[in-house]
Amino acid sequence: MADVAIRFKDVDKWFGKLKVLSDINLAVVAGEVVVVCGPSGSGKSTLIRCVNGLEGIQGGDLIVLGESIVRPGVSMSGLRTRVGMVFQSFNLFPHMTVLQNITLAPVRVRGLGATEAEKTARALLERVRIPDKADHYPANLSGGQQQRVAIARALAMQPKIMLFDEPTSALDPEMINEVLDVMTDLAKDGMTMMVVTHEMGFARRVAHRVVFMDGGRVVEEATPEAFFATARSDRAKEFLSKILSH
Amino acid sequence: MNYQFKWSVLWSGQSGVWLLQGLITTVEISALAWVLAAALGILSGALRTVPWKPARALATAYVEFFRNVPLLVWMFFWYFGVPPLLPRAVQDWIFNHGAEFWAGMFALGVYHGARMSEVIRSGIQAIPRTQFEASVAMGLTTFQAYRLVIVPIALRLIVPPATSESLNLLKNSSVALTISVAELTFQTRQIETYTAKAIEALTAGTVIYLVLCVGIAAIMARVERRFAIPGLIARGG
Ligand SMILES: Nc1ncnc2c1ncn2[C@@H]1O[C@H](COP(=O)(O)OP(=O)(O)O)[C@@H](O)[C@H]1O
Ligand SMILES: [Mg+2]
Repeated sequence: MADVAIRFKDVDKWFGKLKVLSDINLAVVAGEVVVVCGPSGSGKSTLIRCVNGLEGIQGGDLIVLGESIVRPGVSMSGLRTRVGMVFQSFNLFPHMTVLQNITLAPVRVRGLGATEAEKTARALLERVRIPDKADHYPANLSGGQQQRVAIARALAMQPKIMLFDEPTSALDPEMINEVLDVMTDLAKDGMTMMVVTHEMGFARRVAHRVVFMDGGRVVEEATPEAFFATARSDRAKEFLSKILSH
Repeated sequence: MNYQFKWSVLWSGQSGVWLLQGLITTVEISALAWVLAAALGILSGALRTVPWKPARALATAYVEFFRNVPLLVWMFFWYFGVPPLLPRAVQDWIFNHGAEFWAGMFALGVYHGARMSEVIRSGIQAIPRTQFEASVAMGLTTFQAYRLVIVPIALRLIVPPATSESLNLLKNSSVALTISVAELTFQTRQIETYTAKAIEALTAGTVIYLVLCVGIAAIMARVERRFAIPGLIARGG
């Protein structure tokens, strides 16, 4: 059996009295791309935010890269150097140039020298196809460019897993593909990815598995072909008809 | 009314030297207190926003205490209240080493630190929470996230209100005359006493404060432009 990168075991999560994740059992194998979809408020963001400890869990166990992250004394910042995250709202640091954004964590957390970090950063900017923007500030980039910088910034830590929380939802339609293309490259290179997205074309082409959530539960889990052809639950059918109709 | 203006009192006799000494003392006490206030303000302002309750409670207690005690009372507290609690030898030593200056500086810095804290907290709270999340998501510790991302952004946002607060500090340094720190206001009073020329002496003091404040405001405006965050709406200068 291939290496399991992420394993949710009976995970429960509450926000105060509100239960937002119920009984989640899910394993993501190394190198696998899992697309998470479902209606708004179904717990998709919360699910992937648990993986890098941005949210804690109240029940069950969550094992990331062989380590339980609910064990007392586990190093969150250590975990997060191995798990990269890309947010819907890009979240580049506005007072730093693109290059500074990308080199910050490698220098401060991994202790890389400035020259080496810069070299890596420039290579990553090539990879996300904006090598000429190194000295720009985020405010002077388009949304699509900012999101690609955010991806480069996460990759600079050489993570084993990448989490994406609706990375294209804040983008104008004409910029969506430039970001999806970068993510597709990343998937082809064998990165383990959990991607919350409504881009069903991406799911069809790139995902190994689609997870459909509703009301804090994983309702369906299937290959993209199976999911799109024969979604079983009514909720998933309804969701798909809405998503695919525009 | 037959008041005789005699502006020459300002440069004859001791007056010029007194004014200069007063100016130097005012600048010294304000600059040191400002450093203390900035350090305390950044520290407590940041602590008031961290995800750890005891730290928030401590910082809040500090701010609420000092915002609600008059500066004058606080200066008296350090100058008249605290030294008698100390051993005789220590008392003698500090009174021989400018106790009033240090008591005044400390009171001023701690008091304005509490006010600076509110300014910095409001700056931090203007930053979307996701900036903090993005920082820690790439492996920075909470401390690093604050030091490298959150506080640097907040400081850029708060230059205008921090400038006002700094000017307040400078002006409030005059309260230290009540514990006989020989700062600018103290010296103008002294000139007035010796020459009986109140208008002239107070005018000199007023003009010097004005020049200091306008100068500081001009410097801060340059700092603001130099460190402005690209993409934010430019403010008037
Ligand atoms: N910080 C929070 N505090 C309280 N409730 C939250 C918080 N974040 C999310 N929720 C709630 O948890 C549920 C799941 O949210 P989320 O994971 O963001 O859903 P999705 O990403 O699928 O839209 C929603 O009901 C949402 O209102
Ligand atoms: Mg969401």
